[in-house]
Amino acid sequence: MIVPSKVSVCREPFDLAAELRALTAGRTDIGGVASFVGLVRDLGHDATQPLLSMSLEHYPGMTERALEAIVAEAGSRWPLLGVRVIHRYGELAPGDPIVLVLVASAHRGEAFAACEFIMDYLKTRAPFWKKEATAAGALWVDARDSDDAAASRWRQG
Amino acid sequence: MVRVLYFAGLREVLGSAGEDITLAPGVTDIAALRRQLAARGEPWQALARTPNLRAALNQTMVDESALLRDGDEIAFFPPVTGG
Repeated sequence: MIVPSKVSVCREPFDLAAELRALTAGRTDIGGVASFVGLVRDLGHDATQPLLSMSLEHYPGMTERALEAIVAEAGSRWPLLGVRVIHRYGELAPGDPIVLVLVASAHRGEAFAACEFIMDYLKTRAPFWKKEATAAGALWVDARDSDDAAASRWRQG
Repeated sequence: MVRVLYFAGLREVLGSAGEDITLAPGVTDIAALRRQLAARGEPWQALARTPNLRAALNQTMVDESALLRDGDEIAFFPPVTGG
C-alpha cells in the first residue's frame, strides 16, 4: 500500500502541532496518530564537561532516499494512513528537537508499532552522524550496538 | 571515472569530502576500491584500518561485494548515528 507521506531534512526547528494538523486535515478515516520527538540529550559522560552543542552531518540526497525507503517499508508492513518524518541537521543545542515521526492509522496498534519501527530503522539506516562539543573539544558519537539490536528485532522471515 | 564521497570522522581524517577517481585495472567492487585508496598511504590507510566502515553505492547502503560501474557515486562513512 502506498502511504501518503512526506519526508524533510532541514536545519529549521519543526512545529509538532502544525505537522499534526497538516497530516490529519480533512481526514475522517484516521483513528489515531502516534508521534515521536527526539531531543538532543546530554549523555552525562562527564559532569565537569556538560554538552555545549551537537552538530549533525548528513548525506544530502541519500538521506531523503533512505528515509523514504524506511517509510515505504513501514507502509508495506502496517495499514498506515499517513506518515510525516522531519530530521534536522546542522548545529543544535542540548534540549533541541532533532527528529519528528508522525504515523497515522485507523487503530493505535499499527500507529505505535510503525512509529517505533521507523525510528529503529532510521537510527541504523539513515546517513546522519552526530558530533558532540564540550569545553574539552568535539567528538563524533559512536554507533551503539543497542541500536542495531533494536532494528534487527523487526527482521522478517 | 567514479565519484567517491567521505563523511563524518572519515572526512576529517582524510581532509577530503570527496573526489573523482579512475578505477585501477581490476578494481571491480567496493572492497577493491577501498584497497586502491588505502594503498596511497597515510592518511588513506584509515580506509583499511577503520572497523565497521560502511559504504553506499549510488546512495543505497551496500556490502563490499557490490560491483562498480563507470559513473557510480560511492560513499564511505562510519556507522550512522542519527535520530
